Amino acid sequence: MSEFAFLFRGRQTFTSPAQTQQHMQLWLKWFKELGAQGLLKDPGHPLDNTGKVVTGTQKIVTDGPYAEAKDVIAGYIVVEARDLSHAAELSRGCPILEVGGSVEVRPLQMLNP
Amino acid sequence: MLAALTRVLGVQNLALAEDVVQEAFCRAMEVWPYRGVPENPQAWLMSTAKNYALDILRRERTAHKFAPELEHYLRSEWTLAPAVEELLGPDAIRDDLLRMMLSCCQPELSGESQIAIMLHILCGFGVDEVAAALVGGYAAAEKRITRGKKALAASNELFSLTSPAEFTARLPSVQRALYLLFSEGYHGASKQSVVRSELCREAMRLTAVVLQHPVGATPASHALAALMCLNAARLPARLDATGELRNLFDQDRSLWDQNLVAEGLQLLAASAVGSELSEYHIEAAIAAFHSTAGVAGETDWAGIASLYDALMSLQPSPIIALNRAIAIAQVEGPARGLAEVSAIADRERLATYPFYYAAIGELEFRRGHYTAARGHFEKAESIARNPSERNFLQGRMRACIDSAKTSRP
Repeated sequence: MSEFAFLFRGRQTFTSPAQTQQHMQLWLKWFKELGAQGLLKDPGHPLDNTGKVVTGTQKIVTDGPYAEAKDVIAGYIVVEARDLSHAAELSRGCPILEVGGSVEVRPLQMLNP
Repeated sequence: MLAALTRVLGVQNLALAEDVVQEAFCRAMEVWPYRGVPENPQAWLMSTAKNYALDILRRERTAHKFAPELEHYLRSEWTLAPAVEELLGPDAIRDDLLRMMLSCCQPELSGESQIAIMLHILCGFGVDEVAAALVGGYAAAEKRITRGKKALAASNELFSLTSPAEFTARLPSVQRALYLLFSEGYHGASKQSVVRSELCREAMRLTAVVLQHPVGATPASHALAALMCLNAARLPARLDATGELRNLFDQDRSLWDQNLVAEGLQLLAASAVGSELSEYHIEAAIAAFHSTAGVAGETDWAGIASLYDALMSLQPSPIIALNRAIAIAQVEGPARGLAEVSAIADRERLATYPFYYAAIGELEFRRGHYTAARGHFEKAESIARNPSERNFLQGRMRACIDSAKTSRP
């Protein structure tokens, strides 16, 4: 088994609290499926849409990221899976996909000198 | 609410759950006087409690241990809010109430401790209210509640509803505790008041929760609910307008709650299933005889007497023997009743029960032995436990004096 990060993009804001709640219930359902198989490693965190971006040797701080909503990383979790294919398969249950978002599946890397 | 919060936060975090409930009520006390009581106060309180719970869970995620199966969902921001929403939903609350009741009725705790902790946690009684409701005073109540809380915290989680066998094994304790709670309210030994109808109501409410679950809805549970309804129906007439105790023969029966009688009879019918006869069945049947009699004279005392016979063979006790003797007196006259009373096994256990002496007094009164009767009522009054009992017994003493006067040639 190895560990994989799921990076979510394309968070939606809903118009009504009822819709928000409904959507969140889908997240709970997905988490329960992962949890039942013992595959949830790090529950991660949602991320605020805007923040700061720091770049270059000059270490310039600007506001950002100002990309399209569907490109901004909305949050992450870490799961355990047999391999990359298995991890990708698991990510297909993510509710963000239902509202036009995407999941980037990246294996956690061990850094050896 | 407290039961559900205890499940969300974990039974080790009972104090935390209590804080949340307290916060919600405090906030209500702050806000409602200015903005008015909301249309749905319960929903408002629930919503406020949920928000406090969310705050606490966020702040203290690392500090507290939660119930194992909930760990993931409470620790992740992705699922925290919907998890709390689900855990505090109406079905969950009802189930958690049941779980809490089952948890409270641990065999290691005494009957009094079980009731004390149920009143405190499930009915929201403060320590002094528990003390007032049960026998023993503030210190005793505090001790019982503390003991109960410790026992709860020591068990790692609330009682699980997934094992019907365990539920069934614990059910008699719950039934017993609820029966004691109801009895305490119907005719308690509290120093303040002989009738505490709110205790009866709480007992009935909690019994209804037990009945909602398929494993809890046994014939015995139905019988217990029946006897509570049938007895509670008579509550409005037990105390008259001035707060004085009225015995069965003197009550204004038009005050009896016929809806409760009907409900009780329905439950009694529902309990007449299977081969298991419990003491609750018999007591419910006795209550039915009483509550369906339009006038004291119409009561089927012979039927009641034979039911007491059955009860004695099932679960003998001096108090039941006393009630049986009273019923027999109704059928066969006071002399016979007195003979039965003096034949009660373990009579000495009734020495602190005022209505033992009062019953003897009553029977002597009916025989025309007014002086003897008065002596018995005096003894009863000397060990009466609250003003209502005292006044009632003093009234009987006066009746003895008056009757003695008028009977003198």
